[in-house]
Amino acid sequence: MTDAAIVVEDLRVLRGGREVLPGLSMTVPRGQVVGLLGPSGGGKSTLMRALVGVQVVAGGTVSVLGAPAGSASLRRRVGYLTQAPSVYADLTVRDNVRYFAAVLGADATAVERAIEAVHLSDHAGARVANLSGGQLSRTSLACTLVGDPEVLVLDEPTVGLDPVLRRELWEIFRGLAAEGRTLVVSSHVMDEAVRCDRLLLLRAGALLSDSTLAELLARTGTEDAEPAFLALIDAAEDDGGSGRGRRGAGAEA
Amino acid sequence: MRPRTTLATAGRILRQLRGDHRTVALMLVVPCVLLGLLAWVYSQAPGEVFDEVGPALLGVFPLVVMFIVTSIATLRERTTGTLERLLTTPLGKGDLMLGYALAFGVMAVLQALVASAFAVWVCGLDIEGPVWLLVVIAVVDAVLGTALGLLASGFARTEFQAVQFMPAFVLPQFLLCGLLLPRDRMPGVLEAVSDVLPLSYAVDAMTDVATQADPLGDVLPSLGVMLVWVALALVLGSLTLRRRTP
Repeated sequence: MTDAAIVVEDLRVLRGGREVLPGLSMTVPRGQVVGLLGPSGGGKSTLMRALVGVQVVAGGTVSVLGAPAGSASLRRRVGYLTQAPSVYADLTVRDNVRYFAAVLGADATAVERAIEAVHLSDHAGARVANLSGGQLSRTSLACTLVGDPEVLVLDEPTVGLDPVLRRELWEIFRGLAAEGRTLVVSSHVMDEAVRCDRLLLLRAGALLSDSTLAELLARTGTEDAEPAFLALIDAAEDDGGSGRGRRGAGAEA
Repeated sequence: MRPRTTLATAGRILRQLRGDHRTVALMLVVPCVLLGLLAWVYSQAPGEVFDEVGPALLGVFPLVVMFIVTSIATLRERTTGTLERLLTTPLGKGDLMLGYALAFGVMAVLQALVASAFAVWVCGLDIEGPVWLLVVIAVVDAVLGTALGLLASGFARTEFQAVQFMPAFVLPQFLLCGLLLPRDRMPGVLEAVSDVLPLSYAVDAMTDVATQADPLGDVLPSLGVMLVWVALALVLGSLTLRRRTP
């Protein structure tokens, strides 16, 4: 039995004839929050889709909790939050969470707990279509939490949320990790890097860095996550890099 | 596949419909308006043309309405990402297909009751056979529309395509179902094709109920063919659901 929750070996993914992930390998230890950061177009969402087994892969292996990603046995144990909130806009918050609870085999108390966790109890009876963007994405998150998964793959769960809510969600994530769950969280917000146990920096489908924040800062001689990442990306581009995806690399890192 | 998940899915779809009063109203009112319009068109024509055409149209409307509603609803699941999310859960593809068939089956019962009652009592449609059989056929017909809609939506990537599938899937069946010209008077090839298409059997069954006092013997085989189509469309439709996408 290994202590790794996720092992990716030489993962290759083609999308639209383009090699989005040209051979990526990584390991995510159990019980940690791993931040997946990097410029948009760098392959973060594709990697997350591969982790939950909805991405057609061209090569390599992805194993989660010891089973191939997407196996039937994992569907109850792995929770996935898509980047765009995927909930039913014409239902209430509670009806959405209830439906996903039924699908995931969770009970009524789990429904209320999940709604409470994302601070939507006051809006549980409101139709999702009438909610704000932040409430919408929290509804989507509640639908993931309700299944009580061991591994959570969250694609930008805090995007568009105010700082107070972001802090609260990160407290939830830390709490889940403290219970032994494993989280892979992608983000654009660099100050969220401090909340993660490990950081993966993905650019043009390649891992530029896989370390703790402290190791990263020491390696780049910087004092903050953002300059550290910019330093790594600049170094990669100076190397000539692979050239791939350079168009997408830039502003957002 | 688990009954609990199937029922939860059907319940969720009905709850979505309940919040959309206008769609429900359209599903129930439009067939009545069309039947009423048709009765009016033929009201001064010699003979009993409405009694001949009316039952056949009772076989066409539920299929068309359910086809459109279902294909748009499932396409919406694809484009909003809820389908991708559901396919990462233990939900079986069959749970989703049957959930849709059940939910719209409930709507079909309502629609069939309202449209049949309107045709018989308001438009004065003369029916030789039992009215309950008319309703049963309308329900199977509507479920057939749902199943075909689920299948068609598997091939649509955008809303524009989904809407275009209505004329593509349904209109040929309408032209060949025997309403415009009795099927045995069509060119041999077309008659053979119409012998395969499901709407032909819906219209045949409706016509049998309208013209025979004891039509059960003729109606049951037609219902059988329609149910085979339902099963076939649901199985083929679930094959178009892929857990992994490019």
